[in-house]
Order: sequence, then structure tokens, then C-alpha cells
Amino acid sequence: MRVFLTLLGREVKSSFYSPIAYVVIFFFLIASGFNFYSGVALLNQSPSEVTVVEAAFNTVLFWFPFVLIFPLITMRTYADEFRMGTIETLTTAPVQDWQVVLSKFLGAYIFYTILWSPSFLYFTAFTEITGKQAALAAGAFGGSYLFLLLVGAFYIALGCLASALTSEQINAAVMTFVAIFGSFVAGLLGFILNSQSQAVRDIIAYFSAVEHMADFSRGLIDSRPIIWYVSMTALVLFMNLQVFQYRKWKA
Amino acid sequence: MIQVEQLTKRYAGFTAIKDLSFEVRKGEIVGFLGPNGAGKSTTMRILTGYMPPTSGRVSIAGFDIFEQSVEARRHIGYLPESTPLYHDMRVNEYLRYRAALKGVESANIRERVGDVLEMCSLQEKERALIATLSKGQRQRVGLADALVHDPDLLILDEPTIGLDPNQIRQVRELIKNLAHRRTVLISTHILPEVEMMCSRVIVIHKGRIRAADTAENLLRNHRAAGAISLELLNPPDSVREALTKLSGVKDVTEEPTENGKRFHLRTDADAHPAEDILRMAWEKHWALVELNRRKPTMEDVFVDLTQGE
Ligand SMILES: Nc1ncnc2c1ncn2[C@@H]1O[C@H](COP(=O)(O)OP(=O)(O)O)[C@@H](O)[C@H]1O
Ligand SMILES: [Mg+2]
Repeated sequence: MRVFLTLLGREVKSSFYSPIAYVVIFFFLIASGFNFYSGVALLNQSPSEVTVVEAAFNTVLFWFPFVLIFPLITMRTYADEFRMGTIETLTTAPVQDWQVVLSKFLGAYIFYTILWSPSFLYFTAFTEITGKQAALAAGAFGGSYLFLLLVGAFYIALGCLASALTSEQINAAVMTFVAIFGSFVAGLLGFILNSQSQAVRDIIAYFSAVEHMADFSRGLIDSRPIIWYVSMTALVLFMNLQVFQYRKWKA
Repeated sequence: MIQVEQLTKRYAGFTAIKDLSFEVRKGEIVGFLGPNGAGKSTTMRILTGYMPPTSGRVSIAGFDIFEQSVEARRHIGYLPESTPLYHDMRVNEYLRYRAALKGVESANIRERVGDVLEMCSLQEKERALIATLSKGQRQRVGLADALVHDPDLLILDEPTIGLDPNQIRQVRELIKNLAHRRTVLISTHILPEVEMMCSRVIVIHKGRIRAADTAENLLRNHRAAGAISLELLNPPDSVREALTKLSGVKDVTEEPTENGKRFHLRTDADAHPAEDILRMAWEKHWALVELNRRKPTMEDVFVDLTQGE
């Protein structure tokens, strides 16, 4: 456990060492702030059925920066270790490979969580200033953040896997982006293939991040997406371990 | 301490090491020699558990490096070939991290890191960012890392490569000081270093062991063990034949010089024909202007063992 925490500590620290981290934080704050602002503005214009939570989270303005942060957060996790050769000092210390894989995943995940924490303030400030409950329902608020944690785990795991496949950060970033964007677009097929049978749309709904977000930000928390994201994260991490060992042995 | 049995490693069709078997006993300092591409780094990477062999077994301090990998690795301090380090960390921060990773008790970390900083003369650079260090300083950070958990086995892959002569001397002194009560396996290109430091030498070439013995024995048994050269002014034609007949002389070659000829003699290791040559020169009125005796060096041994096929 101590070894794992040592590894994790280094991962979290190093995610703040990189200048990229501050670029990400900066743009993310701007994007999510603007996002929130435009959500509120939208509601200001006319009465609407959506809550401010939904208006802030399930829009193109939300998804675009959202999909972009994962490649940036995860690209250096393994790529740098392979490029610099530190993978050799790391894995010849008395640590186990799964500890390395899990610590890299969790390190990036913690950074991701920290990235989201300021957005809490928006809703808190909104509540303070307007005297209205931001979410109008605790469920929508909790649901949105639960969704962010779930989908974040899956996408971060995808990013780590991509990083383990290459020694170049940029390749890792591109692969991550393509994988996430691909799964994202596949999730949109439900809207495009409206005419298709219910069964097809059900299958798509099962993994469509956009549809999950739509439900969760309304406070509709279903166990199927939870199981989907948790098991996909576990599966990708398992693949990550295999790739990691394979690359190290081939090195 | 290290036991290697029939180690073979194939990379995608290319056999880097083949059927390597050797042993390193507790307390030995063993030099691991071989030309570039001989398979030294490959062997060391297998010994440290970085990658598995295609076949064969390695045990470190009684633990199988793959069956009981973590236990085995606790005994090893490893300095990889290119001294990889995290450039975004400070020296003491890096060493504290590595100490914790290698299981040094939290209460002892500060002291251990202080000790290795001192051993490797890095106190002044304690707070420096690793990215700002010179090559020699980084090498010493790598050594400090290898030492920080006080391992009983050090595996050092070319610790002096890329250093200037002063730094090489420092690192050599350091390794010598570290060596007592530790077992050391060190690969290097610097041959005089090997004679000075190592109690035993393993020479590999093209993935196979060519020799494993003390430096002394290797020099003694080396077939071109000694060499003498002499220069004569206007020598008669019979000189070469006369020299060849001396006892202990294996062969003689000659080359012309400005006013005479220079003769090169290869001798047996324990032969001392210099006296005979002087006597002969005196008796036959040769105009001897120069007589040099050259002892065989590790370089001769190395070249002899590692050239060809
Ligand atoms: N990852 C690899 N893939 C393919 N061949 C490799 C790999 N690593 C080393 N080799 C080859 O194996 C041989 C031995 O390499 P190495 O162990 O690094 O030698 P040394 O350290 O003695 O210079 C070389 O011919 C090298 O090209
Ligand atoms: Mg090498």
C-alpha cells in the first residue's frame, strides 16, 4: 500500500509539474465558465423546461472542451516514461506492474477531479446570488457530477491505454482523441438513425455518453450506465496492463 | 548472489544472448566486458527483472527473478545504461521518492538520502532540478538512486560512459568505496578500470561467454601475452632469425626505420627475453638504440577475445 501511495503521489505531483497542466486548467476554467454563463443566459431569455444544471452540461459547448481535455491529461502518463527510459528504473524497483498501471490511472483521474472542482463554485454562487437552488433538485446536481466521474474514469483509462502504446505524447493524444470522439459519435447515432428499430436505438443508448448525460443531468440515475462505465474502465485498465508489460518486455 | 543458468534472449528473430551461464559470488566485483552489441545490457535487463528471457533461469540472492520478482528486486541497486531520471524533479525529492518506492522506512529516508548525497558528492546540488545537472552529476544521481535502499547487490550498466577523465576517476573511486560488503556487477568499456577494480571478469561477445576469470589469469593465459620492441641501427640480416630462436619468443616482425630496423617480438606471458637480447647485442656488436618491453594489457586480451566471427 505504501508503495502504491508513493507511486500515486509522484503521479499527482507530476501532473502539476507539466506546463500543459496549467494550459489545461486555464482553458478548462474559461470554457466551463463560459458554458455555465451561456446556460444561465439561455434560461434568462425564455422560460425553459431544462434546469441550469442540464443547460450547463449537455450542450455542444460543454462536450467540445470536455472531449479535448482527456488527451491532454493522459498523453504523458506512459509515453514519457518510455521515451526517457525511466520505465526501466520504475519497473526494476520492487513494485508490481499493476501498481504502476493503477497509480498512473488514478493520478490522472485525481487531476481530472481537481479540474472539475471549481465548477462547483459556479453552482454555489448561482444559488447564493439568485436565492434559488441551482439544480432545483439535488438529484440533477449529484447526477451530473456522478456522470462526470463515471465517464471520466472510462475516458482517462482510454487515454492511459493510448499513452502506453507509444513513446510520443502527440501520438497518444491523437489516439485518445480519436477513440473518445469515435465512441462519442457512435453514441450520437441514436439521433441520426431515428427510423431504425427500437432495439438498435436501445443498444446505442446503452453506451451513448450524450444520452447518459441527458438522463443523469435530469437526476435520472440508472444502474446500467454505471455498470457500463465501471466495467469498461476495468476492461481498459486490464488491457493497459497487458500492453504495458508487452512494451516493457519488447523494449 | 547471482546465478544465471542457460539464459537465452531472442528479439524478433535476432538472438541477443545465447546460453549464458555464470555465477557471481557474494562480495565479488565482477566486470562485464564486451564490445557494443555483445548483449551486456540485455543480460543486465534480465537480471534486474526488467524483461523476461526467452529461456533460462536467474536467481538473485536465492530468489527467482520471475517467480519471486519483488523479493529479488529488493536486493538490487540498478543503474541502467543511459541513467534515466525524471527531469522535472529535484535531486533530493527524486531520491526520497525512490527510497520510499524501494521500501526504506519513512523514519530513515531523510538520513539515507543524506548519506547517499554525501557518498556521491551531491550535497550542493541537493535542491537542483535534475534537468539542470551536467552529465556527470546525473550519473551520480543515478548511482545515489542505486544505493539509496542500501542493496547488497549493485548492477551498473556502463556507469562511466560519457564522463570526462576526472569524473571517471571520481566514479571509479566511489564504486571502489561502495564495494566492500557489497556484490557488484559492472559493465564497462574502460579496460584499465577493470584491472583496477574487478576481482573477476566475464567477457561476452555476440551473446556468448568468451572468458570468465580473474584479470590476472586472463592476462597470464592470453596467447599474445607479452611484447618487446627494439630498434637497431644498420642491423645485419641474421638478426631476425637470432631473435626468433630466443626462448619464450613466439614470433618476430620487422619494419624499417630511418637508419635501421625495428623488431617486434611477441612473447609468452612469463618469458623475460630482454636480458638475453641485451647480451646478444653486446656479443654481436649490434647498435641497439631502443628496447621496450610492453606488458599485455586487458586491451590485448579484450581485442583477442572479441574480434572475428
Ligand atoms: N529491443 C530490441 N529489439 C531488437 N534488438 C535489440 C533490442 N535491444 C537490443 N537489441 C540488439 O541486441 C544486441 C545486444 O544489445 P545490448 O544488450 O544492448 O548490447 P550491449 O549492451 O552489450 O552493447 C544488439 O545487437 C542490439 O541491436
Ligand atoms: Mg549496453
